[in-house]
Amino acid sequence: MTQQKESQHPETRRLDVDVERRLGELQLQARFSCAAAGITAVFGRSGAGKTSLVNMLAGLLKPERGRITLNGETLFDSQAGINVPMERRRLGYVFQEGRLFPHLSVRGNLAYGFKRVPKNERRIQLDEVVALMDIEDLLERRPSALSGGEKQRVALGRALLANPKLLLMDEPLAALDQPRKDEILPFIERLRDEMAMPIVYVSHSMQEIVRLADTLVLISKGKVEAVGTVEDLTSRLDLRPLTGRYEAGAVLTTAVAGQDKAFGLTELRFAGGRLRVPHLNLPLGQSLRVRIRARDVSIALSKPENTSILNMIECTVQAIGEERSPQVDLQLDAGGAAIWARITARSCRALDLRPGLKVFALIKSVAIDRQSLGRRDRAERFLAEDQ
Amino acid sequence: MLELTPLESEAIRLSLRVAFWAVLVSLPFGLAVAWLLQRYEFYGKTLLNGLVHLPLVLPPVVVGYLLLVLLGRRGPLGSWLYETFGFTLPFTWEGAALAAAVMAFPLMVRAIRLSIESVDQNLETAGRTLGASRSAVFFTITLPLIAPGILTGCVLAFARSLGEFGATITFVSNIPGETRTLPLALYSLIQTPEGEAGALRLALLSVLLSLAALGASELIARRLRSRLAG
Repeated sequence: MTQQKESQHPETRRLDVDVERRLGELQLQARFSCAAAGITAVFGRSGAGKTSLVNMLAGLLKPERGRITLNGETLFDSQAGINVPMERRRLGYVFQEGRLFPHLSVRGNLAYGFKRVPKNERRIQLDEVVALMDIEDLLERRPSALSGGEKQRVALGRALLANPKLLLMDEPLAALDQPRKDEILPFIERLRDEMAMPIVYVSHSMQEIVRLADTLVLISKGKVEAVGTVEDLTSRLDLRPLTGRYEAGAVLTTAVAGQDKAFGLTELRFAGGRLRVPHLNLPLGQSLRVRIRARDVSIALSKPENTSILNMIECTVQAIGEERSPQVDLQLDAGGAAIWARITARSCRALDLRPGLKVFALIKSVAIDRQSLGRRDRAERFLAEDQ
Repeated sequence: MLELTPLESEAIRLSLRVAFWAVLVSLPFGLAVAWLLQRYEFYGKTLLNGLVHLPLVLPPVVVGYLLLVLLGRRGPLGSWLYETFGFTLPFTWEGAALAAAVMAFPLMVRAIRLSIESVDQNLETAGRTLGASRSAVFFTITLPLIAPGILTGCVLAFARSLGEFGATITFVSNIPGETRTLPLALYSLIQTPEGEAGALRLALLSVLLSLAALGASELIARRLRSRLAG
C-alpha cells in the first residue's frame, strides 16, 4: 500500500544525504539531495570517497555525524540516534565483484533476498527478473560455472529481487572487459526503464555515466562539488578539472530526425543543428543523448569545402581554457547547446580565436561510436546489430 | 580368528563412545572459541589462545593431573558438581570423554579457525544487504561455507580421542568396562605375561578403526566440496 502511495507522489521520492566521517587521510563530508528516480551517478577519481559514501547509504559504514533520509524515511540520524541496520534498509547493493554465494545455485542466490521480503511487498517477481536479465538457462548452475558477465547479471537480478527501494551499484562493470561491459550495460538500462528502479551508480567512467545517468553527483577529495543533470555539469568550465581532461567532452540531447539508408547514416537533430552518425536502428523522434569528445572536434573559421567531414556546426566561441599546455579547450555555443573542442595552442593563436567569434565545429561522424550514445527513454535496442 | 573377544569388543565400544561424546560436547565450544579468536579483538585474546593450545604442548599426564585436581571429589569444581548434581567425573567413562575432549580441543579449534579465516566476509555483508539478519547470515552463509573445516576438526578430534592415553589413565584410571579404552587395554595386555598376541590384535584393530574414520571423513569432505564447487 505504501509503495503505491509513494509512486503516486513522485515528489516525495528523494534521497537526502548529509554525512561526515574521517577515513584515514580523507575527511568525507558529503551533502546533497537528489530525486530517487532514474540513475544518479556518483562520479569522482579513485580515492575520492565514492565507495565510502555508498557504503554509508547502505549502512556498511557508519558516519560520525549526519543524516540520511530516503523518501522521507530516516535511515541514519546521529542526533536522534537512529541507525537502521543494513538488513532493514531495503537498499539493494550490486558490488563490483558480484559476491554470489558459492554454495548456492543461481536460483538459490536469486531467492536469497526475495524470500526475506514480506509476501505483500513482493512487487518484483522471480519470473520477471529471470526474463529481464536473460538468465533462464543459468538457474541450476553454480556461480563458479558462470562467466564474469553472467555473474554480474545474476548479481543484478538478486539485488533486484530483494525488492529494494533503491539500488546501489558500486562500479558494477569495473571488473569486466569492454565486451562484457557492453553485454551488461543494456541490462542496467532495462532496470532503469522497465522496472523504474531508482539507482545510485558509482563510477569513474564518464562513458558509462553519459550512457546511463540522469543526475550526476561530482565528488572530489571527500566533498560533493556539484549536483545536477549530466548535460549541465559536463558543460561547466569550472568543473572541468573534475569531469576529466582526457575524457573531456560535452553531452548533447538530440532526437532522431532522419535515416540515410544508402550510406548507413542516421541524422540527429539538436539545438545547434544536425549531426550525422553511423546508422542507429531507432524510430524517428527517439530522443538520444550523444557525447562528443573534445578531441574529436576541430575548428574552422569558414565553412570548409571538399572535405570528408559530414558535421559542420556553426557556433560561437564562448570561453577559452587556460593555455598552459600545448593544448587548449574551447567552449563553443551552438544554439544554446555546449560543445567542447580541444585544439593546439598554436592553432588557437594562428586563428586568433577569442570569445564571441563565429566558427565552425567540425566533427567526424565515425568519432561518435556506440559508447558515446545513451538512450533516453523506453525503446528497443537501438544499435543496428551489424555495428 | 576374526571373532572379537569380549575384552576387545568392550574396549572398541568404549573407545567409540568416549570419542563420539568428546567430539559432540566440544564441538559447540570449539566453534565458539574459533569464532571468537578469528573474528574479534579483545583483552586477553593471547591468553585464551595460549590456554586453548596448552594441551598440545603439555605432557598429557599433566593435563590429566590438573583435571584430577580441579574435578576430583575434593577439587573446587568437582566438589561443587558432586554436591549440586551428584555427579562425579574421575574414574568414569564420562571423565574419559572429558579428558579426550580437552586433549583434542586445540586440533578442533585450529581446523575450524582456519576455515573461518578463509570465508570471504564480503559475502556475509552481501547477505545482510539482501535482508538477512546477523544470525540468518551465519546459518545460511557462514556455516555452509565452513562445514568442510568443521568436519576436518571433528575428524581430527575423533582420531585424537581414540588414541588418548596419558590424560585418561591419570584422570580416570584403567577400569575394565568403564574407562579401559582401546589404548588402555593395549597397555594392560603389554603389561601381562603372554598378552602379546592380544596386544598385536588390538594394535591392528586400532589401525583399522583409524583408517575407517579417515575414509569416512574423506568421503563426506568430497561430497561437501563438490557441493561448494558446483
